[in-house]
Formats: sequence, structure tokens, C-alpha cells
Amino acid sequence: MEKFRVESLNFFYGRVAALKDISLSVQERQITALIGPSGCGKSTFLRCLNRMNDTIRGTRVQGKIFLDGQDIYKSGINVVELRQRVGMVFQRPNPFPQSIWDNVAFGPRVLGLDKHFHLPEIIENSLRGAALWEEVKDRLKQDALSLSLGQQQRLCIARTIAVRPEIILMDEPCSALDPIATLQIEELMQSLKKDYTLVIVTHNMQQAARVSDWTGFFWMGELVEFDVTEKIFTRPAQQLTEDYITGRAG
Amino acid sequence: MDRFLVQRLGFALLLFVALVVVVPILFVLGVIVVEGSMAITWEFLSAMPSDGMKGGGIFPTIVGTFLLMLGTAMASIPVGVGGAIYLAEYARDTWLTRAIRLAIVNLAGIPSVVYGLFGLGLFVLFLQFGTSILAGALTLAIMTIPIIISTTEEALRAVPTEFRTIIASLGGTRWQGIRGVVLPQALPGIITGIILGLLRAAGETAPILFTVAAFYLPRLPHSPFDPTMALPYHLYVISTQVPGMPLRIQHGTALVLLTLVLSMNVTATVIRSYFRRRRQW
Repeated sequence: MEKFRVESLNFFYGRVAALKDISLSVQERQITALIGPSGCGKSTFLRCLNRMNDTIRGTRVQGKIFLDGQDIYKSGINVVELRQRVGMVFQRPNPFPQSIWDNVAFGPRVLGLDKHFHLPEIIENSLRGAALWEEVKDRLKQDALSLSLGQQQRLCIARTIAVRPEIILMDEPCSALDPIATLQIEELMQSLKKDYTLVIVTHNMQQAARVSDWTGFFWMGELVEFDVTEKIFTRPAQQLTEDYITGRAG
Repeated sequence: MDRFLVQRLGFALLLFVALVVVVPILFVLGVIVVEGSMAITWEFLSAMPSDGMKGGGIFPTIVGTFLLMLGTAMASIPVGVGGAIYLAEYARDTWLTRAIRLAIVNLAGIPSVVYGLFGLGLFVLFLQFGTSILAGALTLAIMTIPIIISTTEEALRAVPTEFRTIIASLGGTRWQGIRGVVLPQALPGIITGIILGLLRAAGETAPILFTVAAFYLPRLPHSPFDPTMALPYHLYVISTQVPGMPLRIQHGTALVLLTLVLSMNVTATVIRSYFRRRRQW
């Protein structure tokens, strides 16, 4: 099932085109990885999917992005609601300087979910979903910043799934983490896939190859190739893709 | 000359300069504390002045200053903090907001007597509040607001932008983000700013001179439209306007004012350093 469909997307910072004519589709409950060198536009693209670029002044979007068939850039779309459906995990683990409990509870409280659902249950399920529950269940009132970086990042994932999004965008979620914490996040991605559609941006080609079902290769604002991950990494259609994944370019 | 000797001489000179700053302050404080503490009795703090202020206590001036602070806080905190939230969180950078910022910076530099005259013109005469606590508190509030706005805005801007981004990504509105995360994070800075603003208002004489202060009024005010005695003005009066005033009373009054102001200052410093240690970003 197609979750996102992107049609001829162009994106401008002022007069500079950061994305040129991007078209692709994101499949439901699969992991789509976006790879490419720094500054190739992959993060910009990711942030178009939940309109986080809106907050940057002087930017402009052309083209269409459909979420379940509805254009998210159409006027009249409630951006705040869109972002609840399309959650995001950032590069640096960034929990609020509050307790573990309050971090996970923040989103549900903001959205008023705690009025309809049992908050302790939301918290436990979210922490379990982020594979963090067993490690923190006895110290939920502790400061989130006392956790290790890897735990903090999983806490951020728990905070994101607590608002029940359909899609989770991850912008280089492991780049600040050590190899073991990275592995834990990658395993977590596999279990999240059962319930959520994931789009991840990564610097790490091995990571894309290990975890994703689909891979898009960005180069200087263009989508060079988009295909099933296995195909991209074994028999890419474009010479540039091959050069990049074998380390000859980029 | 030996370069080590040069260094030693240089440092000695710098130490001397530093002492030049500190010694007079310690001297003034010492005199006031030593002389003033002899005047402080329960009666001095709790009785009405009598005998043309040469006897009795200073109770109404303490109450007056307290009421003025209360009124100033009530008027200046909502406006100051609200304005700062608008400037830091909502306002775009236009010529209007730039003009507002310029005005705030300049307002903080205006001599306090100008505020006093402004308060006299606007509140006492034009709005016909008369010489009253209301007029005095509003005048002090106008003087305090720029301080509160600039310190609050600074405290809000010190909260990482990242938090606002996360809140947006969780589907929170801007206001929910401000309420839920930004304000709590900035609160210590805001409280410090408020205390420092009120502190300045507490010690000022000129703004209350024409708007509220009574020369000699040995009773407590009954309503916001009453004038009142207040500590700084009272100190000015008994030091310069009343011949034959016992020194003891002057020192005592100065000590009370000083204690009030210094304790507020210490509170602000403690709050700030306590939260600065806890903050981890």
C-alpha cells in the first residue's frame, strides 16, 4: 500500500533549488532509506514530508506530496494535525530536561489523548514500543538526561510514538550514537515496521542496506535512483549510484 | 626593570584599584549597619512616627513601600512577561518590533525623575488618580516594565530552539510549547528579572516624589487612592528636610531600606545560581 506519493517536488531556499523534481512513493509499513552525501537534500526532503520546513523563512515548495491520497501542501491542511500523523525523530537525542515519564506524556497531554486513554498505559506501551521499558520501568520519575545517549534516543522514539503517528521520520537517528546503541536502534526499527511506516535519512550506507526495504539515492538535490534496497546495493541502474555505494564518489 | 618585578607591581596596582571600589561600599555599609542596628527596635519597626518624625517608628513607610511593590508587581509582571513572550516567540523581525526593542533599551536609560514627572502628568493630573498609591505604583511599573521585558526575552531566547521544533513535530501548537516547555525552562531567568526590576523600583525616590509619597502621614492608607509614606522618600525627607533630626533614626531607616533591597537581590542571585546548576543543556 502506498502511504506517501511525491510528485515533481521542487524546494527552494531563497533562490537556490535544494530539491529538483523529486518523485517517489513510500510504502506503508516498510522502511524507506534516503542516502547521499552531506548537502544532497535528503534531510530537506524528509522535512517536507511533515512540513517542518515551513518554519524556515524564505523557503518555497513546488509540486505535490500526497498522504493517503490527500495533498499535504494544499491550503486548508492543518499542519499541526499533519505533524501528529507524521512524527519525527531527530539527529541528536533531545529529550526535554524533565522526567522520563513527562517526556513520553508530553505529546499525549498536548493532544488531549490523556483524557480518552489511560496515561500510564500509553506510557508503558510507548516505552515498550521503543524497547526501553525494561531499562527504565523502575525510575520513570528520574531525569531523562540521566539516561545514556542511546537510551535518550529510544526515549525520543517513545515520545514520538506516544502520539500515535502513522509514519515516523528519522533524520540520521544514529549519527550521535556508539555502535551498540546504533544496533539497538536498528533492531528497534525492524519491530516498529510492524505498526508504522518509516522513512530514515542516513549517512551510513551499511545501515541503509541492513534495515531498509526501499532506498533512494540523492545527489545534489536530485533523486538519482529509487528502488528496492536489494537492487540498489547489488545492481544499481545508474553509474553514479554504483560509484557512490562502492565509495568512488561522494 | 626585572619583568617579574613589573608583574608584581602591576598586580599590586590592580589590587589597589579593586580595593578603591570596595572600601567605600564596605565603609558605608559598616556605618549604616553599626549605627542603624542600634535604632532598630520592635517599636521602631511597628509604631507610627510621632513628634514631627523625630520620635516613634517608621511603620507606615514600610507598609507604604510594601504596597507600592505589590501594585508595581501586579501592573508590570503581566505586561512585561506578556510583551516579552510576544517579542521572543511570536513577533517577526519587522520595523515595528525593531522600534519596540529600541524603545525598551532607551526606556531603561531614562532618568527616574523623568518617569516621576511623566507619572505626575498622566496618572495624577490627567487621569485624576491624585497623589495616590495607584499613581505611584503605575509610575514605578512603567519604569520596571522595560527591565522585565528585556530580561524575560533573554531568558526565553536562551531556551534551545530545538525544543520548539520537537513540540511542533509532536503536533503541539506554539502556545502549548511555550506553556509546557519553554516557559518552565525560562522561569528562573524570568523570576530573577522580575526581582531585579522590582528592586530598582523599591529603592527609587524620584518617581514617587510627585505621584504618591506623603511628607508626613502618620496613619496607614485606606485605599489605592490614598497617598502613603514610603521608605526611600522618607529617608530623603528626614535626611534633608527636617532640621534637628536624630541621626539614629536616619541610620535606622537606611538600614531597613538597605536590608529590604539587599535581601531581594540575594534572593534573585540564589534563584539564578540554583537553577543554573540544575540546567543541563
